[in-house]
Amino acid sequence: MLGQYLPILIFILLGIVMGVLPILGGWILGPKKPNKEKLAAYECGFPAFEDARLPFDVRYYLVAILFIIFDLETAFFVPWAVVLNDIGWFGFWAMMIFLGLLVIGFIYEWKKGALEWE
Amino acid sequence: MYLSTFFANATPALPEIALLSMTCIVLLADLFFSRLCPRIPYYLTQLALLGVICLSLCALNKPQTSAFFGMFMADPLSSLLNVFICLTSLFSFLYARSFLEETKMPLGEYYTLGLFSVLGMMLMVSSQNFLPLFLGLELQSLPLYAMIALRRSSGIASEAAMKYFIMGSLASAMLLYGISLLYGVTHSLSISEAAIIFSQGTATHNTVFACALVFIIAGIAFKFGAAPFHAWAPDVYQGAPSIVTLFLGSAPKIAMLGFTFKFLVQAMPTLQTQWQLFFIILAVLSMALGNIVAVVQTNFKRMLAYSSISHMGYMLLGLISGTQAGYAAATFYIIAYAFMTLAGFAMIALLSKAGVEAESIKDFQGLNYKHPWLAFLVMVVMFSMAGVPPTIGFFAKLSVLQALVQVDLVWLAALALIFSVIGAYYYIAVIKTMYFDQPEKSTPFPTLPLDATIAISVNGLLLLILGLFPSGLIELCNKVFL
Amino acid sequence: MINLSHFLILGAILFCLGLTGFVVNRKNLINLLMCVELLLLAVNFNLIAFSNSLNDISGQVFVFFILTVAAAEAAIGLAILMVFYRHKHTIAVAELDELKG
Repeated sequence: MLGQYLPILIFILLGIVMGVLPILGGWILGPKKPNKEKLAAYECGFPAFEDARLPFDVRYYLVAILFIIFDLETAFFVPWAVVLNDIGWFGFWAMMIFLGLLVIGFIYEWKKGALEWE
Repeated sequence: MYLSTFFANATPALPEIALLSMTCIVLLADLFFSRLCPRIPYYLTQLALLGVICLSLCALNKPQTSAFFGMFMADPLSSLLNVFICLTSLFSFLYARSFLEETKMPLGEYYTLGLFSVLGMMLMVSSQNFLPLFLGLELQSLPLYAMIALRRSSGIASEAAMKYFIMGSLASAMLLYGISLLYGVTHSLSISEAAIIFSQGTATHNTVFACALVFIIAGIAFKFGAAPFHAWAPDVYQGAPSIVTLFLGSAPKIAMLGFTFKFLVQAMPTLQTQWQLFFIILAVLSMALGNIVAVVQTNFKRMLAYSSISHMGYMLLGLISGTQAGYAAATFYIIAYAFMTLAGFAMIALLSKAGVEAESIKDFQGLNYKHPWLAFLVMVVMFSMAGVPPTIGFFAKLSVLQALVQVDLVWLAALALIFSVIGAYYYIAVIKTMYFDQPEKSTPFPTLPLDATIAISVNGLLLLILGLFPSGLIELCNKVFL
Repeated sequence: MINLSHFLILGAILFCLGLTGFVVNRKNLINLLMCVELLLLAVNFNLIAFSNSLNDISGQVFVFFILTVAAAEAAIGLAILMVFYRHKHTIAVAELDELKG
């Protein structure tokens, strides 16, 4: 029955309200007297050089791409670890082969300098 | 179970395991020894493919055996397809070497990605479960996307890679959606269990199954590049470097046929009447569009792309007949097509000057005056594509048409014949350009690398010799379906 | 009561949204990548729904693999996108126009 999901609905609504309320409160109650200095990007003690919303350095992309791959491979390890007792040595060695392949990929990216920032 | 049992269980997958190990070795060798000997990935790659061909040939006469809890099955059909996948890849890698060195493309990456793609293809033809089947398909396509973009100095290559990536992932998604619905119908991801469910005949009269079939066939047509799902093919064939085009136009098509057999012949043997109509539409559209649009092309690579669309149409005719002879004819056709397309694109790569490819048909003007032997080979390839005897292309077309006539689809066979007459026009136009037009100006002829020249001679003569003595290959194709 | 067909309809709607995104989006190639992800997620939805109703674990295992493949696909897609951007200095879909005929 849908009725049993009512607490979840209330929970979601409460969560939204808790998130929105402070922002809304600040926006309504706070005084708004903007001037040029106040609108400028915050830079400690001297005028800002450029806009604060910089595009990301393209090198972040590389790191992100490499991260996605290795991150998701970890997802295979959790179910494997849970049932390791049932699948025995066969499961263990199968995963070790998988891990070995991953390590080869890792050696490749390391040697190619994909992990160096400069 | 210990490691020894693990390997005993895995013997049917020996070619695949050997290839995977060699791929890793190629990758590591490129990393650590490429400064000593830059060609080391190339030599190791060819060695690996030769080894896999030998292993698959040994498995050709063995009865079917399964491994990995029924997820993997080696049977004569998969061994046959494996042999030809590796053989065509071997040829494409051979053609690629000199071009890679000339244009300073990364050699090691090209061969590693290529080997991974070959591994995916081999998985596609020997999986017995939808999960590894899908993984094989992805392993085949993902390296191909990257290989196209490997020539980073070329703007159109990156555009082609983007298009191929988008269309390829759309196709995979559609196929997957079909598989997910099929899973709901058959209650299992195993192909043999699906076949049992379908043979009972109750599961197939509902909307879910109809949707599954439509999505799967659309996905397959996308991957084959059959009309009306062909839009990516001309752009990708043209934009990709020729050495990549000749790879992605040949071996993956063979693997895709094996993949299609998995769905249609092994999982749905009793449902032939249901999928037949879809394939008739695909085949007729492909033959019509491919042959007619190819006539107006001035770019040789684009023309070959449209010709490949039409060839896919002819190949599907073999599937449509739905008999053992028809399946064997389709297999024979796709093998013949792979060798034809290899030779065609290899010619473009071979005639390239300083990294600029000879992709306009004009570049072939008066080739006979400059290099009669190459002109003769191009002529053989063109005749073979047009289906003129005594080339292999003739027997390939003949066998699919025979299979159609046997199941009383004479009208379809007649239609195919008419389209192939239209198609003959543009193939013969190329031959006319080579033999009867004068070369434009006396540009220096590129120096041809020796190994690739020998390979293209073997490849071209193979089309002729297999055309003169086709019975061996035809028998082989028939035998694996018995 | 929510049953299997509701899940299937939701999956179908997600899949249609993804397909629509493919067709109508003319601005940004990143959007196309997101549409691919959406298509794959719709498939995952189907598989999980079937897996639950058939009481068969293999559908959920399939989902794991699809997630991984989707990540690999996104990685290659982004890499190609970067090569493409270096040549065209834009990632608009309409710029895929050099090859035609």
